[in-house]
Amino acid sequence: MIDQQKLYSIWVYLQAEPLFWLTLTIGAYLTADFLYRKSNLFPLLNPVAISILLVSSVLLIFDVQYERYFDGAKFIHFLLGPATVCLAIPIYKNWQLIVQNSKAIVISIFIGSLFSILITYFLSTLFHLNDELILSLLPRSVTTPIAMGISELIGGIPSLTAIFTFTTGVIGASLAIFVFDLMGIKKMEARGFALGLASHGIGTARAMSKDTNAGVFSAVAMGLTGLITSILVPLCIKILNI
Amino acid sequence: MLNSIFLIFLFQLLGELIQKILELSIPGPVIGLVLLLITLLLFKKLDFKFSETINLNLFKSAENLLHYLPLLFVPVGVGVVMHLSFLEESLVEVILVLVIGTLLTLALTGFLMEKLLKDQK
Repeated sequence: MIDQQKLYSIWVYLQAEPLFWLTLTIGAYLTADFLYRKSNLFPLLNPVAISILLVSSVLLIFDVQYERYFDGAKFIHFLLGPATVCLAIPIYKNWQLIVQNSKAIVISIFIGSLFSILITYFLSTLFHLNDELILSLLPRSVTTPIAMGISELIGGIPSLTAIFTFTTGVIGASLAIFVFDLMGIKKMEARGFALGLASHGIGTARAMSKDTNAGVFSAVAMGLTGLITSILVPLCIKILNI
Repeated sequence: MLNSIFLIFLFQLLGELIQKILELSIPGPVIGLVLLLITLLLFKKLDFKFSETINLNLFKSAENLLHYLPLLFVPVGVGVVMHLSFLEESLVEVILVLVIGTLLTLALTGFLMEKLLKDQK
């Protein structure tokens, strides 16, 4: 029979080791992914959101400090860097398609990325958000590892940026179709491209499930906008004097 | 497998080093992404004989990792729990910024691309 003293000492041991937090994180993700598949990929049941909800609930219920959790889960977090490097692969694979439409892509990437940053800044100022929030919002439309990297660099809060980025992805993936129909945007390549630029991986996943060409252009836009945005955001901050 | 992991880490390391040395405002992993892309394109152009097998392994590892991309966001996403109180007072405004900003960006980019794309076939 296990007495309370012993239970407590086991709990103290588990909390201090990465193993427990890593198992919890992966377990939460697998559960969330299972639910997502069961729901026929319902956009609002996104695996990231549900996993975060599950892990957060455990931390809140057992009154665990986030720092303690992250100390273990940081081994998963570490892989975001290598994953960013890996984004070179889809871009490389679709290089031919990029070259063929390079002019259209360069112009749209530049104007679209710049517009995304400026509209975010304009709206944030309009709603009187504080500087820390604005800085965390600016890189929101690029893929999360890049967005968080930019956020960290310019003095935003990376975890807030991750949530803004994530929310941006879900908004784009679920509402884009109405915008496209309203604007008379018919070409699948154009639709995919806009999705990748405005809502990164979640948008790309959506595009890929609709049409292969849309998916390819979405992946390209997601990669390139990540690059151009990491140059444009610090530049905009200098020029706008945020 | 191991040499692909080594290559991916190596390119990130190079990216981080370049970022630190040149004090660039681009994140190190992003520089690593560009370096890897340039290297792959160069290898293809120079038609290196051994590039094919390395490429295949690298592609497989990269695609495996990208497959689990959502999982990698979880630890940081949980961090939002710590910042929720920080957001509370401006939650509505933030959501408005996200929705309006995203829809306008989608509209502009999609419209531009529709006009600029060469007609296929």
